[in-house]
Amino acid sequence: MTLRLTETIQQRFSQQVLLTHHSLGQETVVIDRAGLLLIAEFLRDDPHMRFDFLMDLTAVDYLKFGRTLSSAPTLKTPSPLPYFMKPKPSANPWQRGVSNDEFRFEVVYHFYSSEHNHRLRLKVPLNVADLSLASLTQLWASANWFEREVWDLFGITFNGHPNLRRILMYESFEGHPLRKDYPVRKRQPIIGPLN
Amino acid sequence: MADSPDVAKLNWMTTRIDAALGWARKFSIFQYPFVTACCGMEYMATATSHYDMDRFGAGFPRFSPRQADVLFVVGTISHKLAPVLKRVYDQMTEPKWVVAFGVCTCTGGFYDNYATVMGIDTIIPVDVYIPGCPPRPENVLDGLMKLQEKIAQGEKAPAAVLFSARPQEVGLPHRPEAHL
Ligand code: SF4
Repeated sequence: MTLRLTETIQQRFSQQVLLTHHSLGQETVVIDRAGLLLIAEFLRDDPHMRFDFLMDLTAVDYLKFGRTLSSAPTLKTPSPLPYFMKPKPSANPWQRGVSNDEFRFEVVYHFYSSEHNHRLRLKVPLNVADLSLASLTQLWASANWFEREVWDLFGITFNGHPNLRRILMYESFEGHPLRKDYPVRKRQPIIGPLN
Repeated sequence: MADSPDVAKLNWMTTRIDAALGWARKFSIFQYPFVTACCGMEYMATATSHYDMDRFGAGFPRFSPRQADVLFVVGTISHKLAPVLKRVYDQMTEPKWVVAFGVCTCTGGFYDNYATVMGIDTIIPVDVYIPGCPPRPENVLDGLMKLQEKIAQGEKAPAAVLFSARPQEVGLPHRPEAHL
């Protein structure tokens, strides 16, 4: 009887794993920030894991998660929300394992193993007080640009990244536009409207 | 009648030099396609043989702005790209015209976000706007013929009327906490 990926990881790193779940063949592990490098190295090098491909690395801002249907207020959005715009309770509520207020951001990694043809999703909730975690550039080269993108758009620092500069926005851009509290209508043109 | 010479026999004619120039220019449009996004596909569809932009004398794209006289801005322009577009425009020699191809270049289109320029006329003067997302080739040819009329009449987009009321930040209140 072979164990699920999530079960193997949970057994081996019971200290660092906060939560696991799987649905429709998608396996997810939520881990503590401190165990990231340890687990990542295990995922890459263990003969049963062999995740040789970091497919995606992104982040989520849970500032307004589950509180409104749309996070973009417009002039027409009434406040307080009418009954038809209130989020509906879901039959199968999905758990993060941590509180949305304290752990506002979450970095999400998607791994793929071309050897075993399996995939894994790794989530690392980040405390708002310290938005930083270890960089995976030493393990997967593709992490380099992904981490720059996450830094650029969410303002999450990756310790040990060789070149943590903005990648999509320009250098003089202020703020991190994919944060849910970035003003929706704010514009920062490099060449202003009147030149 | 007896005094006026028979033009057909004389082998010369009188005209206004600028009218002649305009007529010549309107059929020798050397375009610089500044293609950044999905509208590019529609530009290609229009430029190639099926719709054949060459019928209007605009069949020869130049990939150096110094050799071009019509700038086709095709596709979304982001703030990061805006200085490049401005520079390309500045590198073109007079006389020059600008065509805004697609709603993204006309007004920003459906993009209303931190990254997109809300219409290239906030950066450079525009002569012809071709709306559509993307515009159909017929629409593009219509725009091209409008441009030809403009060129023939020696008109230019007035640089002074530019960008009257495009505020840096649209004046709607931002209420991030309103719905928490
Ligand atoms: S107008 Fe539409 S088709 Fe053209 S670049 Fe914009 S989004 Fe793409």
